[in-house]
Amino acid sequence: MKTLVLTKASLAWLVLVALTVTQWVIGTHSGLGGPHNVSASLVIFAVAVFKARLVGLYFMELREAPIALRGLFEIYCIALLVVLYTMYLLG
Amino acid sequence: MTDAVDTELTRPQPEATAPTKHVPGEPGIWILIFGDMVVFTVLFAVYLNRRGHNEALFAQSQARLNQTLGATNTLVLLCSSMLIVLAALAFRSDQWRHLTPRFTVAGAAIGSCFVVVKVIEYHEKVVAGLTPSTNEFFMYYFVLTGLHLAHVVIGLIVLTVLSRLARKPAPTRTHIAFFEGGACFWHMVDLLWLIIFPLFFLVH
Repeated sequence: MKTLVLTKASLAWLVLVALTVTQWVIGTHSGLGGPHNVSASLVIFAVAVFKARLVGLYFMELREAPIALRGLFEIYCIALLVVLYTMYLLG
Repeated sequence: MTDAVDTELTRPQPEATAPTKHVPGEPGIWILIFGDMVVFTVLFAVYLNRRGHNEALFAQSQARLNQTLGATNTLVLLCSSMLIVLAALAFRSDQWRHLTPRFTVAGAAIGSCFVVVKVIEYHEKVVAGLTPSTNEFFMYYFVLTGLHLAHVVIGLIVLTVLSRLARKPAPTRTHIAFFEGGACFWHMVDLLWLIIFPLFFLVH
């Protein structure tokens, strides 16, 4: 059972849960996530895309996919962050 | 596809994760997954663009969302996804294959909690008089989260099909690829919510 449960995917899951709780605290804490707090929002976006990348690499198993497929996913993650930042700052 | 190939693929593996490079699922599923992710990214961009034009209204409306329910749903999808990861690993292993149906059903059961929480959230909004026609923020909120909810429902149907497939005692390469593809679709649903949650609930 250990071989099934003790995997990098399980570790990724723990990180995802921890980041979700942290994100929630940052977003709800008035001092950090209050109105017009641009830097907190940028951190929240970066954490969100990092979490999405973890899901792709470890849950979808793209870490072990051929370079073309993994590369496409990595490009998507970068493009997603660029779009979110650009539209948030300039939108 | 020969039986010899299928036997080779379903042989017990020394590690739960495959050491060789392989495309998870059928290659065609990735066209659907990337297509969906691009469409949602465009919608995120449109939402942020509109938000930039009316920050005060969007901030005011955002304050009326229930962040606790949003965060709960994030954790719900993460737990469900992890169970489906375990189901896919078990399905490829002769030793643990018998656990696959349990992992898959548990993943679907937890995943269905997302729908319950979302219905509670929508009900809360409608009772408070907040509907898609209230203002531009709530129009985007209901459209984007509603579109995502439709993906959740489709994903749950896929998981139901996978739970039946999971009972195969000796799955073929096609069965394994179908299972992986369905699992990846469910993970995409999770991935999209990981962006939607902060976009609507957290970012100021």
